[in-house]
Amino acid sequence: MKQISIKIRDIIWPAVAAMLLVSFADSAHGNSDIERGFEIAARSDRTDVGFGDSQVELTMVLRNAAGQESSRSLKITTLEKPDESVGDKSLVVFDTPRDIEGTALLSHAKILDPDDQWLYLPALKRVKRISSANKSGPFVGSEFAFEDFTAIELNKFDYTYVREEQCGKFICDVVERTPRYENSGYTKQVSWVDQTDYQLRKVEFYDRRGDLLKVLELTDYRNYDGVWRAHKLSMSNVQTNKQTDLIYGDYTFNTGLAANDFVKGRLSRLR
Amino acid sequence: MKRTVFVSLLAALLSLSPARGGEVDISANLEAQVRAFWQTPAWVGQDDAALQPSIISTTEIRWYNDSGNQRAAFIPYLRWDTTDTERNLVDLKEAYWAFEGNDYEVLVGANTVFWGVTESVHLVDIVNQTDLAGDIDGEDKLGQPMVSLTLQRDWGEITAFVLPYFRERTFAGTDGGFRPPIPVDADNALYESSSKQRHVDFALRYSHYLGDIDIGLSAFSGTSREPRLTPSTDGTALLPVYDQVEQFGVDLQYTKDAWLWKLEAIVRDGATGSITAAVGGFEYTMYQVAESSADVGLLLEYQYDGRSELEPLTIADNDVFIATRLAFNDVQDTAVLAGLSYDTETDESFLNIEAERRFGDNWFGELRVRAFSGAEPGDTTYFLDKDDYVQLSIARYF
Repeated sequence: MKQISIKIRDIIWPAVAAMLLVSFADSAHGNSDIERGFEIAARSDRTDVGFGDSQVELTMVLRNAAGQESSRSLKITTLEKPDESVGDKSLVVFDTPRDIEGTALLSHAKILDPDDQWLYLPALKRVKRISSANKSGPFVGSEFAFEDFTAIELNKFDYTYVREEQCGKFICDVVERTPRYENSGYTKQVSWVDQTDYQLRKVEFYDRRGDLLKVLELTDYRNYDGVWRAHKLSMSNVQTNKQTDLIYGDYTFNTGLAANDFVKGRLSRLR
Repeated sequence: MKRTVFVSLLAALLSLSPARGGEVDISANLEAQVRAFWQTPAWVGQDDAALQPSIISTTEIRWYNDSGNQRAAFIPYLRWDTTDTERNLVDLKEAYWAFEGNDYEVLVGANTVFWGVTESVHLVDIVNQTDLAGDIDGEDKLGQPMVSLTLQRDWGEITAFVLPYFRERTFAGTDGGFRPPIPVDADNALYESSSKQRHVDFALRYSHYLGDIDIGLSAFSGTSREPRLTPSTDGTALLPVYDQVEQFGVDLQYTKDAWLWKLEAIVRDGATGSITAAVGGFEYTMYQVAESSADVGLLLEYQYDGRSELEPLTIADNDVFIATRLAFNDVQDTAVLAGLSYDTETDESFLNIEAERRFGDNWFGELRVRAFSGAEPGDTTYFLDKDDYVQLSIARYF
């Protein structure tokens, strides 16, 4: 008996010590916080399920630190891929500035693999496959990076619940998310998701050094038969004091678009 | 044939008045361009003006029907050069009507299409004639009358072209730079086919992608876009000779991380024999260099062309092209491409720098510097030796 009890003790104590260590580590990033963070993000993401496809025209207003403005107008068409393990397909076509009128960017988003992207250059009528390694570069000179547009898939991030707090008229869950894909310019993002409509209200972006780089505020939410869309996105770079606003017109959903409208050959047939 | 195409096109355009519904989008740009030369011209008759201005206007009228399955484009292009009348041009870059079904498209009229992946030379791109008087880089094209049918399938896109009318290449005139000692008389071209410009050409293009690989296969049968040059009987001019050719092309691009690996190859058979040519290389981009917003790209391509001396001249025969592309990613889209092509056999080189940016919302400026060096008498680029120039253009968009 004695020998057996010693053996049991030898097994039990290291196990207890290991469990203690794990729960210590958990108190910082508890399993429950990770699950809760993911649940909040997933609940928000799933308010979007079933939109099918959407079209929207928007104005991008770029403002430098001195307050000088310039603008671009563009149209974004999106085809939903309901499966969360597959990314959406999107097409961005520029209307102004006039010298880039007709320039188009086609993206087939992936979850963790690099996206497939093609650029259409109207001056040469050339379709060009481009590298999508440039996640963190500025999108057409704006404060939005390429990844800010394309990395909106649920499974592109790991999530951790942080806290609950007032955000404007809502109570928000604050969730930290870290990119799982390569070449991100961010070490982490902190997102505010309201507890009423489960929509994203604000995101803070932290750069590769871990410093706060940009703050995104999403406002003017409108409900299209259950699908919410923000109609104003303001991205402020707190390090350079530059700002980019995206001001959206009305969305149209389920316009009957199909995969054939998002193939590379279509780029040269748009106009 | 040309008349039939344009009559049906006109009928199509007339039926597209806004009153019938749909949406019309009109835009235009006006460009003032000046070329500055600093060397004395090499050949008798060339204008020695140091500054050679020209004006270029492009108008784009586009129509889309309400349901979005029909569209039309009408894009006249006008160029007026103060020095070389052969550089004057009235062209329809596009003048077509297109109908799009769920997985097919029919297009009737003049259009421009681009095939290929490489940067230094465009071997497989054969549908449109080159407007060589417009720009010696061969990237300016003339609208090509066509009827095309495109099928989109899961296994790729396939397009068949019927090209009922041939466009002759533009060449600099007697007064202009960039010409051989004896000027080219582009108006008195010779043809292998007795149908001359009315010879009906055919082309076929397959394009798809598989993961990181984009592939294009193409075939062409008809009048070569690239003429041979032969002396006229009185010896005062060179006449373009357009042979009948068959060309097969392949273009491949492998896109991995910040690397684009590219290859284009052609085989062309015609009256003067067979040509095999290829160009391949890479473009590697370093993003946000030195914590700035700017990207720096490095391009390296090798050009091979095994053509005989009977064939049209090419400067891209055994050349290495090395270049850098700077994209500042600023609000004005400032970008610079600087490249050097070097002939490994003859030591000829061609330097090309292109810099561009937007000013305000509606102005666009571009600077180009081009210089030739190392050519000995008898080398391909020897006749361009005194044609180094700087070109500044300012365009206003409406």
